[in-house]
Amino acid sequence: MIGAGLQALLSHWMRRPFQLLTLMLGLATATALWSGVQAINAEARASYDRAAGVLAGPPRATLLPRDGDTIAQDTYLALRRAGWPVSPLIEGRLPLPGGALRLVGVDPFTLPRDDLPQGTGDAATGQDFIGSEGRLLVAPETAERLDGADLPPAIPLESVAPGIAYADIGVAQRLLGLDGRISRLVLTGKPALGAPPLDRIAPELERRAPESGADIAALTDSFHLNLTAFGLLSFAVGLFIVRGAVGLAFEQRRPVFRTLRALGLTRGILLALLMAELTVLALIAGAIGVALGWLVATMLLPDVAATLRGLYGAEVQGTLTLRPSWWATGIGIAVAGTALSAAGSLWQVARLPLLAPAQPRAWARASVAALRWQVAAAMALVAVAIALALTPSGLVGGFVLLGALLVAAALLLPPLLHAALAGLARFSRGPMGEWFWADTRQQLPGLSLALMALLLALAANIGVGTMVSSFRLTFTGWLDQRLASELYVTAKTEAQAADLLAFLAPRTTAILPIKSVDIRIGDAPGEIYGVADDPTYRDNWPLIAAGPDVWDRVAAGQAVLVNEQLARRDGLWPGSRVTLPGDWDAPVAGVYSDYGNPLAQVLVGLASFDRMFPQAPELRFGLRVPEGAVAGLRQALIDEFGLPPDNMVDQASLKQFSLDVFERTFTVTAALNVLTLSVAGLAILTSLLTLATMRLPQLAPVWALGLTRRRLALLELLRALLLAFLTLIVALPVGLLLAFVLLAVINVQAFGWRLPMHVFPSDWIWLGGLSLLAAALASLPPALQLSRIPPSRLLGVFANER
Amino acid sequence: MLGGAATLAAPPAWTQGFAGLGRSAGDFAQPDPDYRFRFPRDHGPHPSFRIEWWYVTANLALADGTPCGVQWTLFRSALAPEGPVTGWQTPQAWMGHAGLTLPDRHFAAERLARGGIGQAGVVAEPFAAWIDEWRMAGPSLSSVRMQATGPDFGYDLTLAASGPFVAQGIGGYSVKSAAGQASHYYSQPFYRVEGNLLFPDGPRAVTGRAWLDREWSSQPLEAGQTGWDWFSLHLGAGEKLMGFRLRGTSDFTAATWIDADGTPHPMPDGAFQADPRRHVTVAGRRVPVAWRLRLAQKGLDIRLAALNEQAWMPLAFPYWEGPVTFEGSHDGAGYLEMTGYE
Amino acid sequence: MLNVVDVTKSYPGADGPVAVLRGVSLTLMAGETLALTGESGSGKSTLLHLVGGLDTADGGRIVLEGTDLTPLGDGERARIRRTLVGVVFQQFNLIPSLNVAANISFQARLAGVSDRDWNAALADRLGLTPHLAKYPEQLSGGQQQRVAIGRTLAARPRLVLADEPTGNLDEKSGAAVLALMLDLVAETGAALLTVTHSQRLASRMDRRLLLEDGKAVAR
Repeated sequence: MIGAGLQALLSHWMRRPFQLLTLMLGLATATALWSGVQAINAEARASYDRAAGVLAGPPRATLLPRDGDTIAQDTYLALRRAGWPVSPLIEGRLPLPGGALRLVGVDPFTLPRDDLPQGTGDAATGQDFIGSEGRLLVAPETAERLDGADLPPAIPLESVAPGIAYADIGVAQRLLGLDGRISRLVLTGKPALGAPPLDRIAPELERRAPESGADIAALTDSFHLNLTAFGLLSFAVGLFIVRGAVGLAFEQRRPVFRTLRALGLTRGILLALLMAELTVLALIAGAIGVALGWLVATMLLPDVAATLRGLYGAEVQGTLTLRPSWWATGIGIAVAGTALSAAGSLWQVARLPLLAPAQPRAWARASVAALRWQVAAAMALVAVAIALALTPSGLVGGFVLLGALLVAAALLLPPLLHAALAGLARFSRGPMGEWFWADTRQQLPGLSLALMALLLALAANIGVGTMVSSFRLTFTGWLDQRLASELYVTAKTEAQAADLLAFLAPRTTAILPIKSVDIRIGDAPGEIYGVADDPTYRDNWPLIAAGPDVWDRVAAGQAVLVNEQLARRDGLWPGSRVTLPGDWDAPVAGVYSDYGNPLAQVLVGLASFDRMFPQAPELRFGLRVPEGAVAGLRQALIDEFGLPPDNMVDQASLKQFSLDVFERTFTVTAALNVLTLSVAGLAILTSLLTLATMRLPQLAPVWALGLTRRRLALLELLRALLLAFLTLIVALPVGLLLAFVLLAVINVQAFGWRLPMHVFPSDWIWLGGLSLLAAALASLPPALQLSRIPPSRLLGVFANER
Repeated sequence: MLGGAATLAAPPAWTQGFAGLGRSAGDFAQPDPDYRFRFPRDHGPHPSFRIEWWYVTANLALADGTPCGVQWTLFRSALAPEGPVTGWQTPQAWMGHAGLTLPDRHFAAERLARGGIGQAGVVAEPFAAWIDEWRMAGPSLSSVRMQATGPDFGYDLTLAASGPFVAQGIGGYSVKSAAGQASHYYSQPFYRVEGNLLFPDGPRAVTGRAWLDREWSSQPLEAGQTGWDWFSLHLGAGEKLMGFRLRGTSDFTAATWIDADGTPHPMPDGAFQADPRRHVTVAGRRVPVAWRLRLAQKGLDIRLAALNEQAWMPLAFPYWEGPVTFEGSHDGAGYLEMTGYE
Repeated sequence: MLNVVDVTKSYPGADGPVAVLRGVSLTLMAGETLALTGESGSGKSTLLHLVGGLDTADGGRIVLEGTDLTPLGDGERARIRRTLVGVVFQQFNLIPSLNVAANISFQARLAGVSDRDWNAALADRLGLTPHLAKYPEQLSGGQQQRVAIGRTLAARPRLVLADEPTGNLDEKSGAAVLALMLDLVAETGAALLTVTHSQRLASRMDRRLLLEDGKAVAR
């Protein structure tokens, strides 16, 4: 019984392979975009985990030098001999073709085994590792890069993060030319009973609380949430296709369901068979989708990795690792999506009366009641959106707000189109016009799902496009202000810094010392900058809020500036106070925009900075140099002081770098945008193609009354363009609203800055053209089909009328 | 005192160099039956041998008479027969174990270090042995101050020898298997001890006796030997007894009866009999904590019991080590070490 | 083999329930053929649906091969439809996505009694052998109805129900199809209950029952 029943159901797809293709395509693309984004996120998170703080194991407190970069090995010994369980670590970079190698020297004798990356234990304890030649533990792809380098032999290990090499501390000291020096000490446990306090043994060291490895993950969370939201949007658009295909397939098989029931198939078995059928299709489409998602992720990951590196300094591997959980969730989401799309149809089958007349019903006929229901639901969602907009609700709330807006817009689309068509029909003259408008309205229910998908895609495009363009405009302007000095120089030592100053004084118009320390502000990582009192700042610094005499007060040490991220996070605007090291309850005099910086930042006058951090070396300088003198000065510094090129950054390259990071950041969003629009185009194409087969009975009478097939086809094309255009008109305000939410809510929550909105109507024209092109392309195949249809098939419509 | 040697096998940093004491000794120096000790030189390290230890156990009592015990051990382990003497690349690796046992509590701590950078080492004269802040040092090995601390315990004791150093085995050549594996081995069983146990709530004065074992070798065990039970006993009349049982396909026992004046009487394989009488579960393993020991040649037949049955050393290579008391033909106290109970 | 006793049935209408059957009784012996005639709305199709287990009666009893259908649940009635009854509809109700051969064997396979030789013999007798690989939409109306008859008889039902089996066919092919159906029903020894308003068709049956206003009025 089950075999025969299943055959009857499945044979439908054999006879309608295109419908099957539509369903699979929709489901596969939806799954692909979703799981592609998930794969990127998973890869990035795995990389954070591996890279977090270099060492695995629990977060541990560290001891760092208050002055300079390194600690004497004797200090380490003194601490050990005093009962302090510390393990030495030395870190540095080795230049290599294809990017510097980060070298981490560890002492496997004092470092707990779990603190080394998982799986390195045995390799890190061998005699070869400790021996005088030494070994480097690296990721397999790093090992390839090391081929031929004059370094100890590499041992490839999957668990090591890319770009990092672990070596024995003695080997690392030799490779880095830092014999007898240590970068920092890791506290691996409680001190021995009666051990003297740290500052008695090593007053030159500063104890740093355990850095939660979650810091980088927290910083990048917003970025990943952004990606996830786009993945979800694409998935939703894909589900519109699935819903359309499933709905059509069920509608067309309605008589078959009745026959099967009349022939003795029970309701339960029929439902079970249908669910099994859908599950099988979902599994296959899901598997295809996950494979496609893999492709998407592979293509996007390098850009994502570059973004994360540039924006957050997070090291992410550029290649994907296959994760079983990823397959499982990808296929799972395909099945869940199918279930969601088919729930309504299955419910109808469950309630299908056995004996109701088996006449074909118009597919998804939109009754007035249904339209009213849609309007009501849309209004409810708008209410939710307004409520969310009025209450601060965090990043997730922001995305829920976006979702509510988009779904509300989608639900409102059919009633709006209905009304628009009704309005346009009034201007029509003659029977042809009347027929055209009436027929278009009749088509609407069948196309509305596809048009909703188009609406979502267009709105997302407009919204994101507006955000990116607004950001770009603001960002470039901001860069010009912020990077006022022509050249930035970092000295190697304080002695060199003094020599540099003497050398530079006659050659520059101004030398602006920049001192900074990394420090926790509130409970998150941040930085404090000390800057000179100079017109460069007064004239250029991008303040977005300022009290009176800002710069005078900062220079006099009476007040500080904070960046926008910190201001928004902690509500620190001019007039508030922020607690700084040395128990300084400093008044906030102004707020400046600080795009691209994930950290909280406080700007203080140089005098105040020196009071707080007397030990901090003065090594960095911004140089004001006459136009055209930059290159010469740069060369002079290399020649005179042997300053490595890395220690000098000119304004132009810094700007270029920042803009590159910026563009990379949005490459991924742009790519997802294009993909979403393509999916929407696909939705229109499949809807039109399926409608085309059902439209013959509607077109045949018009043809019989004297309209050529060519004319009919043209009208079909025109109709698709008209509907796409009307959808675009609706999408425009939705997209702008979306952009506003992205700029004013999502960005503030995700990155900590709010951006002014700029509109770019020329982009809309371009997008409008694109969407009309998509609609034209989608309606072309069915129109061509119609223009070439043999008259006998049109006649058949009448002959078949039994 | 083989127990400590085997503990060297375990910590990760040591596995490559010390994958079991049964491994072939390769290019390392071999024990020589004709070698005779020269002090103080032999109190210092013998880096051409693969392994070596300075191993002290003390049977003590608090002021109120409560019995207790401490262990202080420094192991030296060479990853290669030769190499740089100083710096990180030295092949000389060191491991310290400290234990403190009360009737109702037991503490253990462990340290690992490389010798070449000065973090651990031993100097023969004036004698000093150290790893991190743990030290045993004095003008000579006959008079030392011995200190060790963990996060929640410690001790600070002075040890003064009231008798001579005693060569174990035949003139210091101690055979460990029927196949002839052996080590150089001497002891100082005549220490008088006083000082303090250290706790977070303050020090507590103790007095008692201690026993030092010095041993070095390159391959002291046969491949099939899985573990051992080792006894160092202070007998009531001032005599001492060292005895061990090496468990394997067939057991191997050895013992030295030491007269009160320090004269050693080495016993052949089989003379010393050690039979477990009662097992308890310690750290998930079945461990014998009561024994019957016999040495017919000296009319010894005693029943021996652990002071604290849970004297487990949960270190990289876990083992049981703690004070014992005994009665029967002789009364007294001593130390028991048991390894290889899985 | 079929005993219908005093069956009543009404449907909800705009002004309250409309009684369609007001106490109809009939019996049918194995191998017997009976024509159920009457005006449109006389309740003859309803009676057929009740006997076929497609719907449930409000009152009375319908006993088929010793089983009383009236108290049976949905699943049990589905089983009866599968195993005891075959229905030939006016709308042929073929499965459009299956070819002729699969359609003929379909109900027999649902019931688990498919017999390859019997299917082939039926196709042969119905003149469908050249069309076995075709799909329903490629057949004429008469051919489609013959497929429907073949599907019904392939399962060897004890009772064949036919609802205006020639209603959608022209006179000539209707007559041919009817003759074939009667012959084959006779060969399988099944009982046949036909609903029709065609006197010609009714005259070919062993007995006739006229329904008027929901009651049997004449034999």
